[in-house]
Amino acid sequence: MTTAPSAERAETAARPRRSPDVRPVSFATLTLVEWRKQLDTRAGRWLLGVIAILTAAVLAVMMAVNGGNHSFSAFLVGTATPMAMLLPIVGVLAATAEWSQRTALVTFTLEPRRTRVGLAKVVGAVGSGIALLALSVGLAALAHLVVVLFRDADPAWDVTGRAVALLVLSVVLFMAQGVGFGLLLRSTPAAIVTLLLAPTLLGVVGSLVPGMADVLPWIDLGTAGEPLLFGGDLDGAGWAHLGTASLLWVVAPLVGGLWRVRHSEISSS
Amino acid sequence: MITVEHLTKRYGPAVAVDDVSFTVEPGHVTGFLGPNGAGKSTTMRMICGLTPATSGTARVLGVPFTALANPGRRVGVLLDAGAQHAGRTGREVLTLAALMTGVDRRRIDATLDLVGLTDREAARRVGQYSLGMRQRLGLASALLGDPEVLILDEPANGLDPAGIRWMRDLLDDFARRGGTVLLSSHLLREMEAVADRIVVIGRGRIVAQGHKEELLRQAGAFVRSTDDAALAAALRQGGHGVAELATGGLSVEADPIDVGRAAAAAGVVLAELRAADSRGLEDLFLELTADDAREKVTA
Repeated sequence: MTTAPSAERAETAARPRRSPDVRPVSFATLTLVEWRKQLDTRAGRWLLGVIAILTAAVLAVMMAVNGGNHSFSAFLVGTATPMAMLLPIVGVLAATAEWSQRTALVTFTLEPRRTRVGLAKVVGAVGSGIALLALSVGLAALAHLVVVLFRDADPAWDVTGRAVALLVLSVVLFMAQGVGFGLLLRSTPAAIVTLLLAPTLLGVVGSLVPGMADVLPWIDLGTAGEPLLFGGDLDGAGWAHLGTASLLWVVAPLVGGLWRVRHSEISSS
Repeated sequence: MITVEHLTKRYGPAVAVDDVSFTVEPGHVTGFLGPNGAGKSTTMRMICGLTPATSGTARVLGVPFTALANPGRRVGVLLDAGAQHAGRTGREVLTLAALMTGVDRRRIDATLDLVGLTDREAARRVGQYSLGMRQRLGLASALLGDPEVLILDEPANGLDPAGIRWMRDLLDDFARRGGTVLLSSHLLREMEAVADRIVVIGRGRIVAQGHKEELLRQAGAFVRSTDDAALAAALRQGGHGVAELATGGLSVEADPIDVGRAAAAAGVVLAELRAADSRGLEDLFLELTADDAREKVTA
């Protein structure tokens, strides 16, 4: 604490400026900052690192079992499960850290337009998610290349642009959902438990209540989202199911979370 | 310039801030004084647009805080030095603020120097910082955007005496260059030294405001005599408020000259007579907020 600060560097920092030529905070800047905030702490880096490691681990196991005879798309589908479990948590943390680490006070003082901050968190988290997805595609390709070269697997480079586009869509949904639950509940454990348990509970209720079987496909995002992750077919009904389930599990929590942030009091305790 | 008009905040039936009005002018350091729970922080959060006001308005540089484009470049705010991500380094905290507000990142070094944080300290995680270091980092965040206005909640909290003197010089300098400063504190001595205007708040209400000298002058005189009881009676007869101090002597709500006249008229010999000393602001503060304080204060 007691060092002699360099006087001339410090000199300029204490002068109040009278003629401000400041530009408003752009959404691109905000997004970049929110993205950086997901990466500049150990917790954030670890989470993304764990997802990458799990993805690699799944691929390694797949290369070992069944003679390693899996197509490129089979490898890619294998990486979808850890991503589906953990990507929403990236979104949750991006939102809840503002409260668990009490940074909301600073964040919303520097940018009082709170809805923009919330949306920047979604876009920043989607950025992380797409980077991880690109890594997954790359690792899956590498895994397939290895089994083709060294384990005599049949070459099947069968990942379509459409499949990748659907995975990108699922990343967007996961992140928007995670940020939404995070903004709504403001507590990391509460948001994660709700995210992981709610679909399961819904399935249990659905199997117990007669007549729910007809409703469940419309409101269960887990089932409705499967084709996105595992390369199934999406017909008109499938898209409709995905739409209504996303409305319930992604759009509603996000809108509710943004509304709550916009209208609530930001305090440090 | 900060203008607060009829600001009120209710939480259900409880009134946290009750019809508060004051202005903070450029070129001055305005102190915001009050006991814990008096509504200082709530008022400051309302000024910064973080807490919605029940009624009334607060404007900073002529507009509501939330209407400022890039407020980090106009207003430096430190509301809670502890409210930082424990896992970020001090430098990273400033880097994020610089990126957000579009400040040249080279300014980070200048600001770290200004608040007296070394490069080594800036590379450590905020979780390992002492409260004093957090205050310095918070002040660095507030100053980073080269603002015209500073809003600081208890910035001296956790600073050692040297740190408090340093902060006092910094704020003095900032105000002398035309900046506007609003700072809250319960450290009365420091407030007395650094602020030239004072706003005193108690239980959500403004109980006094004005130039420090004016407020202190009202604090009256201290007198000791050979017969305090007789002098007190004479002063009370003259309509002056008198308090007998446990340490001997009287605290009188009157100018010293009036006390002297009363003593002469009553024929009491004075041993000591002077304007209320440097504890004046503290006395004033305790007196003004006595009804609202959590502990009953015995003079």
